[in-house]
Amino acid sequence: MRDRLIFIGQFIFTLLVAGFLVVPAILSISAGVTVNYFRGIQSGVTLQWVAQVWELYAGTILLSFVVAFATLAATLVTGVPAAYALHVRGGRLSRIVEEIITLPLAIPGLAIALALLLTYGGFGDFRRSWLFILVGHVIFTMPFMVRSVMAVFATVDIKTLDEGAASLGASPWRRFRDVIVPNALPGILAGSLMVVTLSLGEFNLTWMLHTPLTKTLPIGLADSYASMRLEVASAYTLIFFVMIIPLLVAMQLFAEKEQKR
Amino acid sequence: MSAQAGHGASVRIEACGKTFADGTRALEPATLEIARGETLVLLGPSGCGKTTMLRIIAGLELPDAGGRVLFDGKDMTAVPIERRNVGMVFQSYALFPNMSVSDNIGYGLKIRGVPEKERAARVAELVALTNISGLENRRIDQLSGGQRQRVALARAVAIRPGILLLDEPLTALDAALRDRLRGELNRLLRALGITTIYVTHDQSEAMELGDRVVVMQKGKIAQIGTPREIYFTPNSRFVAEFIGAANIVEAAIENGHLVLPGGRQPIDGDANISAAVAMIRPETIRVLAAESAPLSGVIDSVSFIGDRQRLVVSGVSNRSLTVDAPNTVRAKSGERIGLSISPDAVRLLPPER
Repeated sequence: MRDRLIFIGQFIFTLLVAGFLVVPAILSISAGVTVNYFRGIQSGVTLQWVAQVWELYAGTILLSFVVAFATLAATLVTGVPAAYALHVRGGRLSRIVEEIITLPLAIPGLAIALALLLTYGGFGDFRRSWLFILVGHVIFTMPFMVRSVMAVFATVDIKTLDEGAASLGASPWRRFRDVIVPNALPGILAGSLMVVTLSLGEFNLTWMLHTPLTKTLPIGLADSYASMRLEVASAYTLIFFVMIIPLLVAMQLFAEKEQKR
Repeated sequence: MSAQAGHGASVRIEACGKTFADGTRALEPATLEIARGETLVLLGPSGCGKTTMLRIIAGLELPDAGGRVLFDGKDMTAVPIERRNVGMVFQSYALFPNMSVSDNIGYGLKIRGVPEKERAARVAELVALTNISGLENRRIDQLSGGQRQRVALARAVAIRPGILLLDEPLTALDAALRDRLRGELNRLLRALGITTIYVTHDQSEAMELGDRVVVMQKGKIAQIGTPREIYFTPNSRFVAEFIGAANIVEAAIENGHLVLPGGRQPIDGDANISAAVAMIRPETIRVLAAESAPLSGVIDSVSFIGDRQRLVVSGVSNRSLTVDAPNTVRAKSGERIGLSISPDAVRLLPPER
């Protein structure tokens, strides 16, 4: 009887906490499909706001995905070999390099953006293109890729596997392709998940770096919150959810499958 | 199989030392020759430099400046491991978890561009040779320790290497399996007849597998010889005590006899010294009745082992003496017994440098 009471108490508490977190999201999403939020749901349900957002921000949404996947490509191409090199080389220099790569986690995005603007702001074409945002995102997400790949290397003794493949005659590139990457796959997937999500949601660095023509999802969101009616901003949130959740779920499932293997 | 009839390359390392970046000296400059088809065992306690020497031969470490590694007389010092054509078995086996057993075994052949059909035939041959039939499609994490060891060996041998390098291949296994695989490995190495360098800290592995054994201590070669030479004529106290059980006796010498508290023990050879450190193996000591024996002492303890019994006897020499007696001898602790040792079983060790 006592156990049951404790269980019910805990269950109710959990429901309350979950409700506290979920209700704002539901309200925000439902506001996006309400004709008039101030009159409530009785005013009717509509997709006009969603359509309006799509019309206004389709380019922004597309650019967000372009930036996110370009960031992923850049962190894969440089981050995975970097993690391999840092792990195999070891020693003090490697640790220092690792610290430097990790630094953007501790430095506010605004400061990184400011440094980029001070240094490269003068290169007009570069400054105006989306590549400028890409650079910021790569700097910001790189530690997540490098760290999650290095964590896997530490558990599978990649150095000995590498030596094993070398003893069988494999060149460094063959070793990397046949042995290192396949065995680092769980880390690479986890890192990719982080990189794409962080890039899609990154605000403060992007806010400093963007131009009116290079806006990403969160910047557009801030824009619509500031300048449009609440229903439009909420419809924007709805689109954001619809875009990002399937992506997250897909990558999570993929990572789980890989771990079970 | 004699060395002349063997396969593979001969190896010579010249003045190969190794100092690590932090200044530790892992290996004093050493020179060593390994004949074609010979099995050489590098034996020593952990940290003696044996693995470093193996890794230098493999091409996984560069020797300090001045050191050279030659295969069949060709300088390989600057050649990376992937172009040395060596087969290596690692202590942790280093099997690729992302490949099946047969893909692991065939990997080196794939790298060499061997056609798939030929590759499959060679893999099947090695699967049979190493007794792992039926496991070809298993993943590595579905194998037992002993099976992993065989796969690692099959993978290293598949490429027909010039030199086979084994780094403590049995250490990760439990004792019973280790004994069984040791015999199997011995037969396999003899059948292959390939130049083999085998690193171990286990003296019984070294004895059984080695044509010659290199005993190492603190980065230096302590002694090189056949297992018999190393066992019967160790040239230092370290080698004597590291290989098998040994009684080390310090005594004065008078007229060709060791003067011991328990009696006088005749010795062979050079008697022009006044004192010596001698080694006596426990199994060379015979147990007699106390009255009629040249040496006598008191039994401290008796351990019955099965095929023999091990007595610890005090009062014979400066420290208690270990004696391996036949299992039929009746011995009780506290009893006085007589001992006799043939003069040629007493090995005088050179004074410590």
